[in-house]
Amino acid sequence: MERGERESETPRNALSSCSAPMDFQVVVLAGGASKKLIPLISKEVPKALLPVANRPVLSYVLELLEQSNLKDLIVVVEGQDAAVRVGGWISGAYVDRLHVEVAAVPEDVGTAGALRAIARHLTAKDIMVVNGDLVSDVPPGAVAAAHRRHDAAVTAMLCSAPVSGPSESGSSGGKDKTKKPGRYNIIGLDPTKQFLLYIATGAELEKDIRIQKSILRAVGQMEIRADLMDAHLYAFKRSVLQEVLDQKDTFQSLKQDVLPYLVRSQLKSEVLLNGAPQAEENGNEKVNFQKNQVMVSRILANASTPSFHEFSGLGTNGSAPRTHKCCVYIASNRKYCARLNSIQAFSDINRDVTGEASHLSGYSFSAQNNNIHPSAELGSKTTVGPHCMLGEGSQMGDKCSVKRSVIGRHCRIGSNVKVANSVIMNHVTIGDGCSIQGSVICSNVQLQERVVLKDCQVGAGFVVTAGSECKGEALAKKEK
Amino acid sequence: MGAQRKGATRAEDSDELARVPLQAILLADSFATKFRPITLERPKVLLPLVNVPMISYTLAWLESAGVEEVIVFCCAHSKQVIGYLESSEWLSQPNFSVTTIESHNSVSAGDALRLIYERNVIHGDFILISGDTVSNMSLTQVLQEHRERKKKDPNAVMTMVIKRSKSSPITRQSRLGTDELFMAIDPNTKQLLYYEDKADYSKAVICLDKLLLTDNSSISLHNDTQDCYIDICSPEVLSLFTDNFDYQHLRRHFVKGLLVDDIMGYKIFTHEIHSSYAARIDNFRSYDTISKDIIQRWTYPFVPDVKFGGNSATKLERQGMYRASVVQSRSAEIGPFTVIGNGTKIGSNTKISNSVVGEGCTIGSNVSIEGSYIWNNVTIEDNCKLMHAIVCDGVVMKSGAVLEPGVVLSFKVVIGQQFVVPSYSKVSLHEQPIKQDSDEELEYADNSSGIGELSSIAGTVDKSNGVMSSQLSGEQCQPTDELGTGGIGYVWSICEGSHEEEWRHSIAPIPADKLAEAIQTTEDDLELITQDGSVLPASGELKLDSIDSDDVDNEDSRDDSIDFEKEVEATFLRAVHENIKEDHVILEVNSLRLSYNKLFADCAGAIFYSMMKLALETPHTSASELCNNAVSVITKWKKLLKSYLNDIDEQIEVILTFEEMCLESAKEFFPVFAKILWHLYDKDIIQEEAVLKWDDEKKDADDSDKVFVKQSEKFIQWLREASEEEEGGGGEEEEGNQE
Repeated sequence: MERGERESETPRNALSSCSAPMDFQVVVLAGGASKKLIPLISKEVPKALLPVANRPVLSYVLELLEQSNLKDLIVVVEGQDAAVRVGGWISGAYVDRLHVEVAAVPEDVGTAGALRAIARHLTAKDIMVVNGDLVSDVPPGAVAAAHRRHDAAVTAMLCSAPVSGPSESGSSGGKDKTKKPGRYNIIGLDPTKQFLLYIATGAELEKDIRIQKSILRAVGQMEIRADLMDAHLYAFKRSVLQEVLDQKDTFQSLKQDVLPYLVRSQLKSEVLLNGAPQAEENGNEKVNFQKNQVMVSRILANASTPSFHEFSGLGTNGSAPRTHKCCVYIASNRKYCARLNSIQAFSDINRDVTGEASHLSGYSFSAQNNNIHPSAELGSKTTVGPHCMLGEGSQMGDKCSVKRSVIGRHCRIGSNVKVANSVIMNHVTIGDGCSIQGSVICSNVQLQERVVLKDCQVGAGFVVTAGSECKGEALAKKEK
Repeated sequence: MGAQRKGATRAEDSDELARVPLQAILLADSFATKFRPITLERPKVLLPLVNVPMISYTLAWLESAGVEEVIVFCCAHSKQVIGYLESSEWLSQPNFSVTTIESHNSVSAGDALRLIYERNVIHGDFILISGDTVSNMSLTQVLQEHRERKKKDPNAVMTMVIKRSKSSPITRQSRLGTDELFMAIDPNTKQLLYYEDKADYSKAVICLDKLLLTDNSSISLHNDTQDCYIDICSPEVLSLFTDNFDYQHLRRHFVKGLLVDDIMGYKIFTHEIHSSYAARIDNFRSYDTISKDIIQRWTYPFVPDVKFGGNSATKLERQGMYRASVVQSRSAEIGPFTVIGNGTKIGSNTKISNSVVGEGCTIGSNVSIEGSYIWNNVTIEDNCKLMHAIVCDGVVMKSGAVLEPGVVLSFKVVIGQQFVVPSYSKVSLHEQPIKQDSDEELEYADNSSGIGELSSIAGTVDKSNGVMSSQLSGEQCQPTDELGTGGIGYVWSICEGSHEEEWRHSIAPIPADKLAEAIQTTEDDLELITQDGSVLPASGELKLDSIDSDDVDNEDSRDDSIDFEKEVEATFLRAVHENIKEDHVILEVNSLRLSYNKLFADCAGAIFYSMMKLALETPHTSASELCNNAVSVITKWKKLLKSYLNDIDEQIEVILTFEEMCLESAKEFFPVFAKILWHLYDKDIIQEEAVLKWDDEKKDADDSDKVFVKQSEKFIQWLREASEEEEGGGGEEEEGNQE
């Protein structure tokens, strides 16, 4: 939709690809309406524009990429309306910083489907695919470098799996503390922790772990980890990616289909590397025999081989090595890495970004460890605790208390209001004597007097009548 | 570690040590048949390894590692083992006591340990080892680790020594010729979590219990380690063997049993050694590999030129050549990595390389010996050629005889002039036992033959040699033509199953064509993995988790089910042929049910299946005759079947099994399905409720699935009408049926 703009920007495009260290094209999958996030998202606010510390979540990825000098981006949004909104916001915010093209794809095509839809726009040697809901400070450039160093077919970024939800706040007692640390993936790595040998996601996690013996044979030792999470930031070799998408038209998800497929077929690759034609498939027997002789002599000589991929590759059919490498980049556990893919994650990320990972927010925090916009007004005896944010033009009455919460722009908050561990978006009106704990209040919501909310989500534009008490509920206007 | 402990506990430690001397159990029997035919005449532990009996390496190492008391368990050829120990210096060492326990009816390591438990001779932690182990590792660290773990966790009963050694991804065996080993180990605690040594090639995946990851966030999975078969055990291990009287094999039963059993919570840990040597002689290939390791001094100080355990003095010369006092022709060439024993004579122009030659051998001229093991008092006449062969004591090779790679000549075999012994042949004076000990591999069966030969072991080989061979040739008509003119001995035929595997375990290098074949298999396997949807979910099916998971899970249980069905069928047929009482059959089937973890419905299905199969196999000419057969079988074994049909579900299972049979394995029943179903109802085996429910279940099925429902339509119709008529009566009838 913004093709024209792209044409006009050719000079800068050329410049940026010059200055970029590598020929990488980035696809940001900004999603659309995720069911998990209802009622936080709506037609007006697609997932990509959900606020994290008062700025859209997508901005975190875009700025992260910008820092790694990856400026040639395609942002893929599900649904035309959402695409228009996201596009509008990006062109406003990043007009002279990034070269962004926004593409709309139909809803429910899945991540692989989305890439298929924009495949013709992919031209670079390598493609980086990142989810728009990633909030992280792990440099994508490092992933790209690891990818290039190994000449890998795919490189996945792994980060430490979050241990649990909010632990310190006693007030949010609603979360069961007996819950085990969440399990996101089961990942098999080689001893050097550079190659991805096994990955289980989703429902596979509930089953027994099934490891291919052939891969284990080739590599000798495999480390199986349950404490790592696929961060949904991948670098693909474009030829491989496009071939897989073309050939396997049933693949819907990068994470559940494409990546596991590439991982399990890495020693018996069916993809063409670099688009080079495969050596004669049913090549004559003589060649095979000679190759086998080479192989045999190598085994007899007990030659140690530099890489298990090469070793296995040698054996195959006398043709060119038919292996591809699946690599990983494991982020240091000091880095922050989270995905905004659930309501819980939304609350957690908002809390983290205003708290321990405040460097991500891009704001400077005061000596009290909070950020109150100069234009915000506070009544008397109102306290705003550490790790809080108060947006531009918001007003609070007397004797209010705000703890570990984010309050958006232009909110009107009455007196004697208590807000803890919550996120309040923009233009929210809160009556006197309300108490809000562990909740998310979307934009334009009106809470009348003495409303008590605990662990609730209130959808955009909803009106909560005076004196209501809710616990663990999702309140939203009926759509449609 | 220990040094940092408090003084008090250290004193306690040392007290404890003082009270309990370090003990070792040495199993002087491998309970396997891999070294046949040699082991028909001499126990494996007494076979010379670089001219020293294997057991001497084990004992010498145990002594050097600080073990104070060794209990040698002898079973096969026990008299020979005891005789050897008595004649050796091992029984007279200071601070190192060797006692023997003799058994004549143990068929496995499990039996041996149970017997040792009964004798009550083990008082503390002990080292469990078999008498064919060569090692030079220090036990200090592993013992300390074991004890400290034990103190913290009384369930840590065993520490297993492992060593890194990658098996070939092509042949899938280690350099010792053993099958590849898959292990899962907790990288932090070194606890063993998974062990798979009898590689099942048909399964391309390893299945790890998901629960393993709940306690540890990481597991390390190994295909690059070798089990040294040196175990540090707590006394509980012995009682565990006694408690679980079905444990036979140390690894296959005991280790797996402990890993699977999470009720008792016993744990096994591993200890990896890096620089020291430890390996067990499991087969001819490991015999070859370990011999070479000894010659190349990896096992120092247990090498030919260092005196231990009664080996004779040899001198190390350049290029890894060891020579005792040898009478050697000037023109003979002794190549590198070769050991020549005392009193051996070597003729002119003879070439020997990479080989071991024992004592008192006579080797003629123009002989070529490569990569072979020649034991004592062997006569090799002129112009013979030996490649990668094992030649036992007293063998005579007449001039010009040739041994192709992988040949094993057992004691006192004579090879005729110019005779070429083909690859992988095994030749013995004993006839090949016709009856294979199929269910349990054991050497014990041939104990009797060993006793007569005790004298030959004691050293008077020469004298007995003549006597024995004359005796033998007198007793039996020697099949001389089998080994050329003047040859004496039987060529063992390779049993069918092992033919394919012969090259794996032989001392001969793997032939190139086998390697190429193996490479091909490797590739095919990969093909299988990527293309076969059932091994791994095929493209795009990942999302359909429910369907996919069913597929995957079924695969495992299917294997099991087939075994189970077969066993039930065998039990049933035995019952039919031997007229066993129904009650006994029920007992047997019940035990099968428990061991395979099956439901009553599975039993019912399996029994019904075997019954129908029996009916099918009874001669018949027409469908109605078949029906009659079936009915008579059903009538006869009604009680058996009914004891598994207490429930409607089980009865439905029978109907479903029957349906499946009619469609697949026994299509002959197809036309009489409805009839037999009626008979089943008539004989009170299946109640109307089951039939009706089966009908209901099939309502939504495809038409193809409904053929039998259609066939039985009338019958079902009749049942429905009848049940409507008597509403309440049905319940009563049911009760009656169940009794």
